[in-house]
Amino acid sequence: MIRLFLHELRAEQRLFWRSREAAFFTFFLPIIFLVLLGSVYGGDRIQGFKGSTYLLAGLLGYGIVATAFAGLAITLVIRRESGVLKRVRGTPLPAGIYVGAVIGSTLVVIGLETLAQILIGHWALGAGWPAAPGSLAVAILLGAASFAALGLAVTGLVHSAEGSSAVVNAGYLPIVFICGVIFSVKSMPGFLQAIAHVLPLTYLLRLIRDVFVDGKGLTSAPGSVAAIAVWGVVGVLLASRMFQWEPREA
Amino acid sequence: MSAIEVSDLRKSYGPREALHGISFAVEQGEVFALLGPNGAGKTTTVEILEGYRRRNGGDVRVLGVDPGDADREFRARIGIVLQSSAVYPTLTVSEIVELFAGYYPTSRRPDEVIRLVGLEEKSGARVRTLSGGQLRRLDLALALVGDPDLVFLDEPTTGFDPAARRHAWETIRGLRALGKTILLTTHYMEEAQRLAGRVAILREGRIVATGSPAELLSTNGSVEIRFERDGEPVVVHTDEPTRVLHELTAEALAAGGELERLEVRRQSLEDVYLELTGEDG
Repeated sequence: MIRLFLHELRAEQRLFWRSREAAFFTFFLPIIFLVLLGSVYGGDRIQGFKGSTYLLAGLLGYGIVATAFAGLAITLVIRRESGVLKRVRGTPLPAGIYVGAVIGSTLVVIGLETLAQILIGHWALGAGWPAAPGSLAVAILLGAASFAALGLAVTGLVHSAEGSSAVVNAGYLPIVFICGVIFSVKSMPGFLQAIAHVLPLTYLLRLIRDVFVDGKGLTSAPGSVAAIAVWGVVGVLLASRMFQWEPREA
Repeated sequence: MSAIEVSDLRKSYGPREALHGISFAVEQGEVFALLGPNGAGKTTTVEILEGYRRRNGGDVRVLGVDPGDADREFRARIGIVLQSSAVYPTLTVSEIVELFAGYYPTSRRPDEVIRLVGLEEKSGARVRTLSGGQLRRLDLALALVGDPDLVFLDEPTTGFDPAARRHAWETIRGLRALGKTILLTTHYMEEAQRLAGRVAILREGRIVATGSPAELLSTNGSVEIRFERDGEPVVVHTDEPTRVLHELTAEALAAGGELERLEVRRQSLEDVYLELTGEDG
């Protein structure tokens, strides 16, 4: 079983880095945003913190959503509609190992991306090191797992491969901004704040900023941890009902 | 034990009944063809046997197992060529064959399977650069790499040019020689005739004839006699063309006339098929 998992994980990594679109939008775009925004606002003070550190923390969150949620959902819809998922389902590879390896590969990408952002942020933009690195790792893992579950669930809402990129991006990019990747939620109009208040990314960003910038431990932010976990559970429940292996018949 | 046993198999999609209770059996080592026009129920039947779809009624055994409870062990013993190709476009031929080989508890050597389907020159090429025919051969390689006992081929040559089709037939004949059981669907009569020991003809979810190509010919009248009487076409099918022709010509001679536009020809399996499936216009 472990051999099968590693076999599929290796293939998933190869598939990810060979798909230039996926690699660009999920891996490189958050880094590009970090460099662009960091070079403009990095020297300012945001919410009382050094601009580059504050932005870096936000864009770590953006990287997680772009990879675990949007990238995963788009990839799986394309695989489903092209019949690849159906074909794989016809082999003895257990479904759980397949899905596990797809998510595992996503976590590998997020790990590398986080590392790249922290290093670039520090050396190119003068951002600080994570104040609580252990808690940061756990927070990122929790967020990635939660958003991966939501990504699996959202594949059930997208019915065609052509539309997958448009539908997913149209759905999540506004959310990224509402939840405060770049600007603080507090600076937004009341109705946007109300929306942001229920979305999981808001809590993930808050958690990452708490541990990265303030150096708080996870135990000091139980509300954020719980909110992310609840969304993750909702994602798992929805995914188990909505995820499909066969192409949707038009 | 038969490789496949199907009795009174029923399937509906909502109110539409796709299979109205079909029965057939495929023996081990046999090449069996499900032949019929599009929409006759071929793919539905095969996908139930592969474990993809649930049936609404009847009994099905594939390699002694109910495919409704398909598990790893079952999937390790079957090879699947789906109706449309489905593979990762960014991998190379040898990478994807190696990937699939790893899914099976016992597998054949990837390079051997690639050679078997005639893709050795393309083994380093990305899947997205393959032609339609090459993709289909890759599908076949993926179906064979787990060294299955039973291979399902759903319209394996649809869209091929004649040369590619002949090449595919050679490969499939090679499988028969290896002792694999093969269930094939096709809407090409000639394909069934060339490859299959026995054929079941499907029409609108019912099997209208089963047997070897020779049996299908003999049970449906092997000679066709056509002529016109008072401007109206008359068609007679018979296994005794000598007697029937004798009677017809005697009648015409006695009346002092001709059998207008008289034609006598041996029916091809194609004719039988078109007649049975109601596609002869």
